[in-house]
Amino acid sequence: MFAHYFELGLRSLRRNPALTALMVMAIGFGVAASMITYSVFRAVSGNPIPGKSSQLFIPQVDAWGPQQNLANNEPAEALGYIDAMALLRAHAAKRQTMLYQVQLAAMPDGNRDLPLTANGYAVTSDFFSMFDAPFRFGGGWSAQDDDARATDVVISGALNQKLFGGVNSVGRTVDFSGHDYRVVGVLDHWNPRPRFYDLFTGANSFADEPDIYMPFARALDLHMYTAGRNSCRGTISFTNWQAYTQSNCVWITSWVELDSPAEVTRYRDFLTHYAAGQQHAGRFDWAPNVRLRDVVQWMDYEKVVPPESRIALVVALGFFLICLVNTIGLLLAKFMRRAGEIGVRRALGATRGEIYEQYLIEAGTVGLAGGVLGLLLTALGVSGVGILFQPQIARLAHLDASLVGLTLVVAIAATVLAAFYPAWRAARVQPAWQLKSS
Amino acid sequence: MNLQIRPVLIALRRHKAGTVLIALQIALTLAIVCNALFIIHQRLANLSVVSGVDEADVFVITNQWATDSPTPQVDAQVKADVLALRQLPAVLDATPASGYPLQGGGWDNPVTMTPEQIKPSTDSAVYLGDEHFIDTLGLKLIAGRNFRPDEVTVFGTQQAIYPPTVIVSKALADKLFPDGNALGKGIYPMSPTPTTIIGIVDTLQRQGVDQDSNTYAGQSLIWPLRSADSRGVFYIVRARPGQLADAMREAPKALIALSRQRIFDPQNGIQDYATIRRKAYDSDRGMAILMGIISVVLLAITAAGIVGLTSFWVGQRRKQIGVRRALGARQSDILVYFLTENFLISTAGVVLGAVLAIAFNLWTETRFAMAPMSMTYVGIGVLVLLLLGQGATFAPALRASRVPPVEATRSV
Repeated sequence: MFAHYFELGLRSLRRNPALTALMVMAIGFGVAASMITYSVFRAVSGNPIPGKSSQLFIPQVDAWGPQQNLANNEPAEALGYIDAMALLRAHAAKRQTMLYQVQLAAMPDGNRDLPLTANGYAVTSDFFSMFDAPFRFGGGWSAQDDDARATDVVISGALNQKLFGGVNSVGRTVDFSGHDYRVVGVLDHWNPRPRFYDLFTGANSFADEPDIYMPFARALDLHMYTAGRNSCRGTISFTNWQAYTQSNCVWITSWVELDSPAEVTRYRDFLTHYAAGQQHAGRFDWAPNVRLRDVVQWMDYEKVVPPESRIALVVALGFFLICLVNTIGLLLAKFMRRAGEIGVRRALGATRGEIYEQYLIEAGTVGLAGGVLGLLLTALGVSGVGILFQPQIARLAHLDASLVGLTLVVAIAATVLAAFYPAWRAARVQPAWQLKSS
Repeated sequence: MNLQIRPVLIALRRHKAGTVLIALQIALTLAIVCNALFIIHQRLANLSVVSGVDEADVFVITNQWATDSPTPQVDAQVKADVLALRQLPAVLDATPASGYPLQGGGWDNPVTMTPEQIKPSTDSAVYLGDEHFIDTLGLKLIAGRNFRPDEVTVFGTQQAIYPPTVIVSKALADKLFPDGNALGKGIYPMSPTPTTIIGIVDTLQRQGVDQDSNTYAGQSLIWPLRSADSRGVFYIVRARPGQLADAMREAPKALIALSRQRIFDPQNGIQDYATIRRKAYDSDRGMAILMGIISVVLLAITAAGIVGLTSFWVGQRRKQIGVRRALGARQSDILVYFLTENFLISTAGVVLGAVLAIAFNLWTETRFAMAPMSMTYVGIGVLVLLLLGQGATFAPALRASRVPPVEATRSV
């Protein structure tokens, strides 16, 4: 019976072309608007490291005090040199890394006569394993290399392509900004978005892949000032690197990997003890005020998802709701117009259930047609998202199998849902009434 | 032609479902369209923020140094670069800078009125500029004087130098000194010693364009410092009128000729102000367009829905219309009947919709820190939807009015 009703449904699409076109368009536009905004929302709010997001935590220690903290007495979003070095030395977590942005240049050599940008991060050895960075050649450096302030460097696949034509360059030497570095690893394409590990420098959330990763200790040795954000409080009086590191300026992001709730509790206690120790020593004039957020909590706190894409999603859902209300009305008109036909079928022995079924299936065909139109509009819209949103974000929004499936399913399910009431009205048509007056 | 509200209401009771659906659709449409209009208006206001810069002729070179040189060496290069830029035929003036208006993110300092004050009075964007800064950007000096060349000192990487003099934007001057006597006063933008206001420029927008910056919109200061950061420097260049393209082509060549130890990013190394403005307000523009499209499509769909349902009602009631016509009702009576019917339904819809619109705005206000919506938007929305309802009903109602009286005798 399904095939027959489906065929009837397809045929009835042609019966009231204007009414049908209206419905198909309403569903098509509604579902497309929702899906386009959803694809953008999905692109910006996705978990960048799904497997480990609940094991990676960002410790924060209040070194500014209640008078100079952020709103709601929130401590600074990064660490200053003193606290970063103390946490690094304490090594209270299984794995931990410190990182900040550096800006270097690959100096000209035989093949190139102009320098190339080589921007990236100063990190510690655990960085690569903590964040699951995939290597094409070689690997990261060791904890001993960290201590030895090695001149190692890990470069991106893209920079490897530019410098070495894509061949295995492990062991080769590169001159970055006048200092020689030994390539120990080449990454595959790796650019988690948003760049959760450096939300402190917010402008980078959706930026292109970094070019290099170098040992944190080496960067400090070279007195490399951060190329990312730097935030200070009070009066600034430093004039050299030494004084800068002793100032209250924050610029280093710290991450720890903690596997169990017990470890999280232990690390939080450690942070509190550390802050209490600083208070005791007279460096902090306030009670311990620490935070330990995981990746998702940190992204939420840093408001990574642009509010406009959230509002757009809500508006698009409202839009879809209106389209459905519209469809209920139009389906009602379409079905009740055929009251006479229903009366004849009922008089010939069709049960209410059968009428109900037939009209639900007919609504399903309308939904299918609307879904197909919606799919076309979605494809059009997703490719045009770049006009509306930042290109970096727009590039993330794309039409994949799951979005295609979702579009069709949502269109059909919503239309069938909308048809419950009109089909129920159709099934309740009194045969005698209709036969009498036609 | 008197309005017959009672019979219309009685008849509507027989079409509860359709009535409720149209009213609901109008209500939801009103709620969404009001808020969309409000968002569009807000975003467009952002788009038209005045930077204070002579945007038609100014462009910015982002110059990254390839080597890590000591400050005196960087400073010598900056001086040579700026001199070379100023000598280009298509260039009117050039200045080294640590940031530029509408840059998106940048340098800002909290400002206090005394060195002891801990809670800042406000926050100011910080620009470093030499005596050419004001002329190059095309800012308007409305009080006091510009920097003298001998006032300008060099500013190396991550240094803390607090010059004794400062030029502030009018917005900052008014914020700190509402009585208008800012000139000659000392302020403390994170400095241990006072920096004295020697000049006031009319408009100088901040570097940041985010919500936090909007709180301190237009509050900026310029210190007489020549940026010589070992990481990189911005060159703000003003082309002679109409020669922007030439200047943008020649400037990087001239700099490369002086020294090759520098990098201009292929994507945003050299940008004119049209590009800078577009990038800064990309998401505002996108949001405004998206809301505009959604509003128009929404109104179209709602109108189409009303046309569809009213046509259906007309079709259903052909016989009754025929009877009324046969009993002496004029065509205009029928037309007015349907228009009245729609007006009653729409009124119920817009009342509910106004409540929904305000509720939605309150929700976005708490959830996304949006501003409260003015009632004007609700008023405009109500008017638009009432007109839309009448317009959408008109064609089916006209068709109804043309139903001939003879219809009463048919198919009984």
